[in-house]
Amino acid sequence: MMRLSHGGGIDRSRTLRFRFDGRDYAGHPGDTLASALLANGVRLVGRSFKYHRPRGIMAAGVEETNALMRLGEGTRAEPNLKATQVPLVDGLVAASVNCWPSPRFDLRAAHQIASPLFPAGFYYKTFIWPAWHLFEGPIRRAAGLGIAPGGPDPDRYVHAHARYDVVVIGAGPAGLQAARAAAASGETILLVEADFRLGGSALWRDGFDPDAAQVALDALPNVTILKRTEVFGYYDHNALAAVEQLEGAGPRQRLWKLRAGRVILATGALERPLVFAGNDRPGVMLASAAQAYARRFGVLAGKRVVVATNNDGAMEAASALEAAGAQVTVIDSRAGIFVTAAKGALGVKAARLSDGRTLPCDLIAMSGGWSPVAHLFSQSGGSLRYDDSIHAFVPDCAVQPVTVVGGAAGDLGALAIAPVWEVPGRGKKFVDFANDVTARDIAIAASENYVSVEHLKRYTTLGMGPDQGKTSNVNGLAILGALTGRGPQAVGTTRFRPPYSPVSFGALAGPLVGRLQRPMRYLPAHGWHVARGARFEEHGPWVRPTAYPLGGESWEAAALREAAMARSGAVLFDSSPLGKIEVCGPDAARFLDRIYVGTASTLKVKRARYGLMLNEHGIIVDDGVFVRLAEDRFLVHTTSGGADRIAAMMDEWLQCEWTDLDVVILPSTTQWAVLTVSGPAARDLVAEIGIDIDLADFRHMTWRTGRVAGFEARVLRASFTGEASYEISVGARHATALATILHSAGALPIGIEALMILRTEKGYLHIGVDTDGTTTPDDVGMAGAIAGKASDFIGRRSLLRSEALRTDRLQLVGLASDSRKLPVGAHVLGPDRASPGPSDGHVTSSVDSPTLGRPVALAMVRRGRSRFGETVHLYDMGERMTATIVDPVFVDKAGERLRA
Amino acid sequence: MLLIDCPHCGLRDEVEFVCGGESHILRPDIVASDADWADYLFIRDNPKGLTFERWQHGFGCGAWFNVARCTATHEIQGVYGMTEPRPVLP
Repeated sequence: MMRLSHGGGIDRSRTLRFRFDGRDYAGHPGDTLASALLANGVRLVGRSFKYHRPRGIMAAGVEETNALMRLGEGTRAEPNLKATQVPLVDGLVAASVNCWPSPRFDLRAAHQIASPLFPAGFYYKTFIWPAWHLFEGPIRRAAGLGIAPGGPDPDRYVHAHARYDVVVIGAGPAGLQAARAAAASGETILLVEADFRLGGSALWRDGFDPDAAQVALDALPNVTILKRTEVFGYYDHNALAAVEQLEGAGPRQRLWKLRAGRVILATGALERPLVFAGNDRPGVMLASAAQAYARRFGVLAGKRVVVATNNDGAMEAASALEAAGAQVTVIDSRAGIFVTAAKGALGVKAARLSDGRTLPCDLIAMSGGWSPVAHLFSQSGGSLRYDDSIHAFVPDCAVQPVTVVGGAAGDLGALAIAPVWEVPGRGKKFVDFANDVTARDIAIAASENYVSVEHLKRYTTLGMGPDQGKTSNVNGLAILGALTGRGPQAVGTTRFRPPYSPVSFGALAGPLVGRLQRPMRYLPAHGWHVARGARFEEHGPWVRPTAYPLGGESWEAAALREAAMARSGAVLFDSSPLGKIEVCGPDAARFLDRIYVGTASTLKVKRARYGLMLNEHGIIVDDGVFVRLAEDRFLVHTTSGGADRIAAMMDEWLQCEWTDLDVVILPSTTQWAVLTVSGPAARDLVAEIGIDIDLADFRHMTWRTGRVAGFEARVLRASFTGEASYEISVGARHATALATILHSAGALPIGIEALMILRTEKGYLHIGVDTDGTTTPDDVGMAGAIAGKASDFIGRRSLLRSEALRTDRLQLVGLASDSRKLPVGAHVLGPDRASPGPSDGHVTSSVDSPTLGRPVALAMVRRGRSRFGETVHLYDMGERMTATIVDPVFVDKAGERLRA
Repeated sequence: MLLIDCPHCGLRDEVEFVCGGESHILRPDIVASDADWADYLFIRDNPKGLTFERWQHGFGCGAWFNVARCTATHEIQGVYGMTEPRPVLP
């Protein structure tokens, strides 16, 4: 191999240094990594996927299956890039994948000796006892492509959206001409090319001047050109996805989400290998690739060349190689002579012919015909048809606004191809080089009756992975057809799916990584909580204080101290995430009667009521206190996690089902900060900071507006702690100021954990914790009002289903245990106390009660309400314990404290 | 990815929308039989071909509307209001 003294699109006046597998080399601007390696005489560039066979560069473009490289080092390393698509830059560092320590001395090459032992289906048949997963790890390590970098990706990736009247994919002669023709109409045109140069096959064939075509397009204001951009997906309604490789500082790749008025596919055609023994040896190359290296890159890939072909197309390659100084022998199977084997372990030394001769050579340039690149057309939903004149699948019927031009449409000139799908002779004849699938593997699949092309693909992995059928598809299915007495049209082809080429996860994720991957909501007074020493946790979309540990206190101890303070003094809880939806309009009350299990229309203004919401299956989905602000205006409180969901649900019912109701939904959760003051001293504390609401006439479950510590406020008397509580809502911007005032007046901040202790002591439900996807109102003892309610409501009919009426359902109860806190999730054992055995329910909430000085728990227990006083046995993680079923309200059953 | 013609906002990408499933399902009265209620809750057409669905422009104007769509070709054959009857399409 050698660099020619002239010719090609490379700049010999400048030298680029690069490193491959620890050795330094030089190339020129205009080179790909592959052409530079060839120019430096590097033939062996890697090992194959399964058998670890030595491999060399086989192609000059996207169809490369052997020269897969890891580019870069450390966390920037990217595995499995095709060397034929990597532009050479100064300082580039590349390494072979899939071999260790080097492609020349690969220790796993022993796989070749054992290769008769693992043909297609080998894994499925062999590693079945006792379980595949015992073998999976070592097998995946031994066979497999490159290794992903270990650390977080330091690079940035961006997304872009664009719409064009016409998107032309592929900037070879056909695409360049199509773009120019389409541009004449004045429409907006996007021309997308995967290569770093426009021209496609014109970069190495005569007859078309790509540079002149580009100059003409550059002059048109309505034409945009994207180079180094590969369209990998074609979706519904002419949506396309492409990845652009970016250079220099800034983002590394840009993912384009394109929408096209119409699409012109000018994706060209790819040459197919011939299937003969040793066709994967380094030094066996596609004829068109050898031509491209000579003409585009000025690299002669071999000095003594055997061109093996079954069609006229390769004659052009033979002429080009001869013109570049090679000694060329053409072996044309149409004349009855085949190349039956490539000889030479680490590189081709000779070609063995079917007539018994052996031709010494250092390059075998093969051509098994051409396959139009119909991948994107197939992805778009279009059908393919087998064209007997070129022996390949071509686009047939389109279902989207797409046209196909040039080689992609099968316009390949007169090839006069006479295919010999599998060349006779012994030895490994590769069909899918990237996956090490041989003709014998296809024969095994056929003999085991995998005669569908889809089954063949899954059984042998033919056409999976990096190749995606580019070089292997037609050869594979034609060989299957020959074995099963069918032509390629009858065998058919697999439906191509995205991606056409591998896409990095970074490009798909784009900027939505790290903190942006799932943006969190912070309380309006978040900084104030930080200053109080709060420990935070994520609760749904919110970051909320768990507890406020003092000194070296654990959060558990802090929560107990905070809960105890709520029962003895005054505490401050930030309830701002509490869901708030205003429901307004003349039919607001009627609407809420249908939303809630309870009744809204009988509620008086400035009064509040607790309500459950169900889905149509009768299952509890949310709960909360709702307030009648005015005759035609309600404030609905939802759980913090349910705020968005419930507002959306209400909107759907109003827009889709109850379109006759005159109601407007106003979600207002984040407009208000809600600071709840709770405890026996709450009333005195609220009075102390200044409030113009008459506290003597402000009972539990009522609502007032007024000024609190100078701020305009809404105040609700409702309680989730069991203590007298004042939920003070002010504009979100006043959160920190009001919290500071309340704290100065003596309200101790408490976190979520203390609140959970307090509500569990009171037997208050936590939806989604005590309830699950099967829980009905009666299960939690809240079905009392339903019988007397006139209105239908969401889920009501489902409560009459036999399942909902069963008498042995799980019911909410308390569990009292003297010794230890019961584990949440512990199962209540059935009558025979067997484990494993039928479960009679489970613990849903469990806390150490600072008020009672013993643990208390809530549980869903079969027929629980009729079993008060009964001792039950529980089981959790190998341990057994006992508890007594009791009423779920452990503290202040009469509710005297919260009415204080 | 579908391109959906929101009645208020015009053509937008599918990612801005929420699909609410089959449309024109009548909600039975509270006195419905178990069978009729189960039909309402669980039974949906799953045709290869024309289907009528309700969609919401959830990341846009918030409007719910009906879409007539072919499940085989993904062609959208019509967009119409929530209260309008199922259109007669070829």
